[in-house]
Amino acid sequence: MSEQFEPKITAFVCNWCTYAGADLTGTSRIKYQPNVRVLRVPCTGRIDFMLIMKAFERGADGVMISGCHPNDCHYTSGNYHARRRWMVFRDLMDFMGIDTERVTFSWVSAAEGAKWGALVNEVTDKIRALGPYAEQKQLVGLGVE
Amino acid sequence: MSRIGVFTCHCGENIAGTVDCPKVAELSRQIPGVVHSVDYKYMCSDPGQTLIKEAIKEHKLDGVVVAACSPRMHEPTFRKAAAEAGVNPYLCEMANLREHCSWVHEKNEATTQKAADLVRVMVEKVKHDTPLTPIKVPVTKTALVVGGGIAGIQTALDIANAGHQVVLVEKSPSIGGHMSQLSETFPTLDCSQCILTPRMVEAAQHPNIKLMTYSEVEKVDGFIGNFKVTVRKKAKKVDEKACTGCGLCVTKCPNKKIPDEFNEGLAFRPAIYVPFPQAVPNKPTIDTANCTYFKNGKCGVCSKVCPTGAIRYEQEDELITMDIGAIVMATGFKLMKTDKFPEYGYGKYKDVIDGMQFERLASASGPTAGVIKRPSDGKEPETVVFIACSGSRDRAKGVPYCSKICCMYTAKHTMLYKHKVHHGQAYVFYMDIRSAGKDYDEFVRRAIEEDEAKYIRGRVSRIYEEDGKLIVKGADTLMNGEPVEIKADMVVLATAVQSQDCSEDLAQTLHISYDKYGFFAEAHPKLRPVETNTAGIFLAGACQAPRDIPETVAQGSAAGAKVAALFSQDELTREPIVAVVNRQAPPLFSTCTGCFLCQTACPYQAIEQEEIKDRSGRVIKTVAKVNPGLCQGCGTCVAFCRTKAIDLAGFSNEQLFAELMTL
Repeated sequence: MSEQFEPKITAFVCNWCTYAGADLTGTSRIKYQPNVRVLRVPCTGRIDFMLIMKAFERGADGVMISGCHPNDCHYTSGNYHARRRWMVFRDLMDFMGIDTERVTFSWVSAAEGAKWGALVNEVTDKIRALGPYAEQKQLVGLGVE
Repeated sequence: MSRIGVFTCHCGENIAGTVDCPKVAELSRQIPGVVHSVDYKYMCSDPGQTLIKEAIKEHKLDGVVVAACSPRMHEPTFRKAAAEAGVNPYLCEMANLREHCSWVHEKNEATTQKAADLVRVMVEKVKHDTPLTPIKVPVTKTALVVGGGIAGIQTALDIANAGHQVVLVEKSPSIGGHMSQLSETFPTLDCSQCILTPRMVEAAQHPNIKLMTYSEVEKVDGFIGNFKVTVRKKAKKVDEKACTGCGLCVTKCPNKKIPDEFNEGLAFRPAIYVPFPQAVPNKPTIDTANCTYFKNGKCGVCSKVCPTGAIRYEQEDELITMDIGAIVMATGFKLMKTDKFPEYGYGKYKDVIDGMQFERLASASGPTAGVIKRPSDGKEPETVVFIACSGSRDRAKGVPYCSKICCMYTAKHTMLYKHKVHHGQAYVFYMDIRSAGKDYDEFVRRAIEEDEAKYIRGRVSRIYEEDGKLIVKGADTLMNGEPVEIKADMVVLATAVQSQDCSEDLAQTLHISYDKYGFFAEAHPKLRPVETNTAGIFLAGACQAPRDIPETVAQGSAAGAKVAALFSQDELTREPIVAVVNRQAPPLFSTCTGCFLCQTACPYQAIEQEEIKDRSGRVIKTVAKVNPGLCQGCGTCVAFCRTKAIDLAGFSNEQLFAELMTL
């Protein structure tokens, strides 16, 4: 196979910081790799971890979650809930045998357009190096090409 | 089956330059449920919007996806267009092909593929969208202003003059705040009380203002336009209606040795007192902590001498609940306490005082009737050292910020001193002179050039007493750090401006945010400086950050204007993106099990408890219920809910999972 592996990455971003930050990446014309598909939610606190499981089930090779920096949440505390939930969930993922490397949790503010671009590239490269998420695909019966 | 229309925008070359728009339109047409798909050069233009509206009518569309720029840019535009053509605006969604795709990727197949994917995601979202209607909430046109200093007075007057009712709550027995204690004000040197007291009287006599002094906010419930506020009206032990304010009780009170707060402890007051002669209301209050009658049941002189029998020893605190539409916080500041300055002997040496004490010494209504006398022996000080930045910009003291007003009031103090003690010499130790403001720098220059204040750039390391003089040891950093020693008769510290002690408790009572120094946080430091993150609660004055009088007044008026704008409508319209707890037919009624995890998660106290009863009135179970007026739509509760009983309109579980299914 000469063609390089193009990972599927699903990103959950909050409306107020990271979505706006990603908009800024656009208005600043900063280029990044087109592997990511962004799903907009009001707040990282809204992200039910079943959504992450579902993303993997649908064949995502990597998942990104990004919201406002601590103390900057539009809804005061949603990102703290998300952070706490993520810490518990990470252990659970580990226990279940899911590779925690494939989930990236970060803070990107509405002013950090460049950070979003760099982050997407970094995650895309990392997931590309990790290769297709074969274990998960086998687990959910999608099969591996 | 849905009838969705997809409208792909070229945005000139902005999208079409990297994304093959006709191909996106073609791929979109193949998505199940899409009955119409076109691309156009500029969707947001008038012809573009007309194209959408006509397509809605022609193809009887029940959902619209506009694949164009960021929804943060044009969502309102297209939702409005959809609504005009008869589609519920919340059934119109945008796929972000510009900021999230064409602008950030190269022109190739993968970019067009991503664009098509983004459209598919939004088509699925629209399929699961439900028609929503903006929430209307009524507005109670009464404002609550907390704090009766110049900020609160200005705000209250502005709102009242706009024709709305105002309740002005002040914790001390009189309104006036810190400004009433000042002698003269910079940069004009006009007498503080002369400009303030007319405002105080105006506020008290205004038909639209209800004054509640010696009162504190106890509890705040509700939301913008519909707050329920409980105020504790502390017992003054004096019947305000019966009292004529003759002052006989004050003169006859035998306990006259209580440090006077208004004079910053430089004078004494009796146990029944009026804080200052121009107090509004000008009626006395009994300080029960110091009153002999309340300590041991004896005395009762005030009651005996009162000609109208207005003394009420048995009077209790009253809790008054009011309906309020908007709240303005104007609770002001405090100055840093004495125990923070052991190296300056502040609190130990009587002649080391703070700026506010100096104001009282310089004030014509002060304990010395405006003659500068030092507190220890009443002598006229011939050398006075002023120390700016006492605490401010000092990480070790926990105040890294600039207190903003001290440079100016220190310059003012040197002038007031020189104008009263002509042969006296004022020294000022400073770090930097910050005098940005209209006529401010000229004012400082005047202090230095005309009133001959000696400014020394450097810090004071220590102050100690020797032979009846205060030895001030410092360094002059403009003279290579050369040590300086001044034998002073009095030292005035420009102590740091800090948030009120009660500010954090108050912020929690009102559910507004505050910074690490206890100052209330504005919604946006530049664009929403007088609003808080809680809708309907506004800020004025030094409760937000150190402020001088002109800024405070400007901010008070700004907050007043915000409130007046809010009150200009009878109903408020809010985005219907709120959480909803499901309700079903009996016997289940709701899948909510009543664990109330959501209640702990909600940052807005929007989750209430509701009892589900059977026909005989027996409670079957208690379930959660979201108050749509309070809910801001973050969805944190949705992720918390164990039984998936709560969902968020506009971002439902069904929608998000459907979106994921396309990927």
